[in-house]
Formats: sequence, C-alpha cells, structure tokens
Amino acid sequence: MNINATLIGELIAFLVFVIACMKWVWPPIIGAIETRQQKIADGLAASDRAEQDLRLAQENAKKQLIEAKAQGAALIDQAKKREAQIIEEAAVKAQAEREKILTQAKAEVDAERIRAKEDLRKQVAALAVAGAERILQREIDEAAHSDILEKLVAEL
Amino acid sequence: MASGAELTSKEYITHHLTNWSVGEGFWTWHVDTLGWSILMGLVFLFSFRAVAKKANAGVPTKWQCAVEMVVEFINDTVKGTFHGKSDVIAPLALTIFVWVFLMNLLDLVPVDFIPYAAQLIGGAMGYDPAHVYMKVVPTTDLNLTFALAIGVFILMIGYSIKIKGIGGFIKELTTQPFNTPWLYWFNFILEIVALLAKPLSLALRLFGNLYAGELIFILIALLGVWQLPLHFPWAMFHILVITLQAFIFMVLTVVYLSMAHEHH
Repeated sequence: MNINATLIGELIAFLVFVIACMKWVWPPIIGAIETRQQKIADGLAASDRAEQDLRLAQENAKKQLIEAKAQGAALIDQAKKREAQIIEEAAVKAQAEREKILTQAKAEVDAERIRAKEDLRKQVAALAVAGAERILQREIDEAAHSDILEKLVAEL
Repeated sequence: MASGAELTSKEYITHHLTNWSVGEGFWTWHVDTLGWSILMGLVFLFSFRAVAKKANAGVPTKWQCAVEMVVEFINDTVKGTFHGKSDVIAPLALTIFVWVFLMNLLDLVPVDFIPYAAQLIGGAMGYDPAHVYMKVVPTTDLNLTFALAIGVFILMIGYSIKIKGIGGFIKELTTQPFNTPWLYWFNFILEIVALLAKPLSLALRLFGNLYAGELIFILIALLGVWQLPLHFPWAMFHILVITLQAFIFMVLTVVYLSMAHEHH
C-alpha cells in the first residue's frame, strides 16, 4: 500500500467539508428540527389543555343543566301550589259573596213584605172605613140620629 | 469482465486495484480517489445545503424529511455519547457518516462499469486502454482512510490539550495505569500505543472492510455467468457493510473525541 500526497489532499478535502458542514449545513437544519420539535410539543400541550378545558366545560354544562332542571321543577311546583291556593281563595270569596247576596236579598224581601203588609193594612182600614161608611150611610136616618148629633154639637 | 476478455485473472484483478496516479514518489496523486471522494463530498454538501437553505419549522418536504432523519439520527448518537458542549462534533459526525457512506456506496456500482467507461474514454483520447486505471471506491484507498483518521486524531489531540492543558494531557499519558514515578516511562509507552491505536484502527477497519468487499466483487466478476446469482446476495450483504462501516467510523470518532474531553 502506497501512502502518498493523496493523503494530504484528502486531509484538506476533509477539513473543508467539515468546516462547510459546520457553517452552512448543520446549524440551519438542526435549528429547524429543534424549532419544529418545540412547536409540536407546544401543540400537543395545547391540545391536552383544550381537551381538559372541554371536559371541564362539559361537566359544567351538565351541572348547569341539572341545576336548571331542578329550578324548573321547583318553579312548576310553586306554580301548582299557587294555583291551588288561588282556586281555594276564589272559592272562599265566592262563598262569602253568595252569602252576602243572599242575606241582602232576604232583607230586601222582608222589607218589601213588611211594606206590603203595611200598605195592605192601610188599605184594609180604608176599605173597612169605606165599607162601614157605606153601611152606615144606608142605615143612618138623620132624623133618628139628630139627637146624637145635637148632643155632639152641644158638646162643641 | 467486459474489459478483461484478453487479460488473465491476475492482470484483471491488478488492473482493478490500481489507482489512476499522477506524479512520482511521495508526490503521487491518486486522481480517482481524490476525484470521486470530492465528488461525493460535494454531493453530500449540496444535497444537504439545499435543505438547509430552505429549512423551516413548518411542514417539511419529503427530501427535507429524509435529510432531517439523518441529521437527527446523528444528533441523537452524538448526544448519547458526547456530554460536553461542542459545535464541531455533531457536524463532524454528520460529515463523516454521510461522506463515508456515499463513498462506500460507490462499491455497489458493478465493478466494471466505471473503469470500462474510463478505458473507453481514455482510449478515445489516445491513451493505451490497458494503462487507464480507475479505482472507483475512495474508501479502498489507504490514503483516504488515513486522511480521515489523522483528521480525527488531530482533533483528539487538540481537544485533549484544550480541555486539560498540556500538563494535564502529559499527566494523563504518564500517570496511569501505574501511578508511581519510576513506572512513568512504562505508562507513557502504553498510553502512546493506546493513543496511536485509535486512528490506526479507524483507518484500517474502514479500509480493510471495503477493500475486502471490493475484492470479492472483483472475484465474483471473474466467474463469468456464475457471477449473476452471486453478485446479488453479496451486494445485498454489502449494503449492510457499507452502512455499518460508515456508522462505526462516525460513532468511534465521537467516542474518541468525548474521551479526549473527559478527565481521567
């Protein structure tokens, strides 16, 4: 095997290639790789975080839904109770009104009846007087009773 | 063995294992090794630079994905082994891995394609085709594997001195494993052997594996028609070998450099 000047040439070539690689090849490529690795790591972390956020949001939504349902049920309950209460109140009021109207009507009827009785009584008296007058007119003889009249006049 | 019809097997193999050389003595240049390795290095740089220019943290294109996979793989390996802070080690590891892999990948091009084309071109240009040599895979050339290993070795020494200081580095070489002054010379011999073994093993491991693989491809190519069923499984197996060797070279570089960063 013959060692010769080729060795020197190759040594120089080697040196040049290594320096060229060091200057122009290695730094940009490894830089890009490391930046991309960082980006991917960040992206994965972000997706993890987003997943967690989503889970939290879902849990939150479920909780709120349950709460809302409970609130709704409570509202309906309340409304039903209120309804029953209103109906009852109305019934009581109506009953009272009826009672009042009845009493009033009775009172009015009573008053009317008393007034009618009174009228009737008056008329009966007038009729009786009129009847008596008629009877008396027929039977009275002025001559026969003039003494009584005379007495009355005398008394005046 | 399209080109070797009139050659003996020995000549064929030798022809395939001879570099296209220019120059004399030590100042010989292996043009094929230099050319193919630099071409592969440029393929690496430009294809990765194309991604780097448009790199952003958004949705990546397919090619960007592929490049980023490689970069991230290197980054993870470096981070798992090297615990210090350094802007050099990771790009160095990336360069070594991809460059060595691309150079090894040339081993999967059928062994005659490029040399035969080179012979045709050389013949057309008026050269004797028998003496046009083209050894394509640069990692089967010791010059290249040693250049890589020596580059790593220089970095190891440099970091050792930078982190521990010259005194600390010398202390590390002399005071272990036997911490008595009269055995320092012995420690020093042990440590120097251990130190030199690192780049030596780096260079020879890569060279040996690829050279052997290439040789077996050449031997298979000698079998005539029988190369057809044999070439495929060996190429398939070799896909593993070339990737593994690139990976081993890269990992050991990182390990050696992280050892240079640590205090013992």
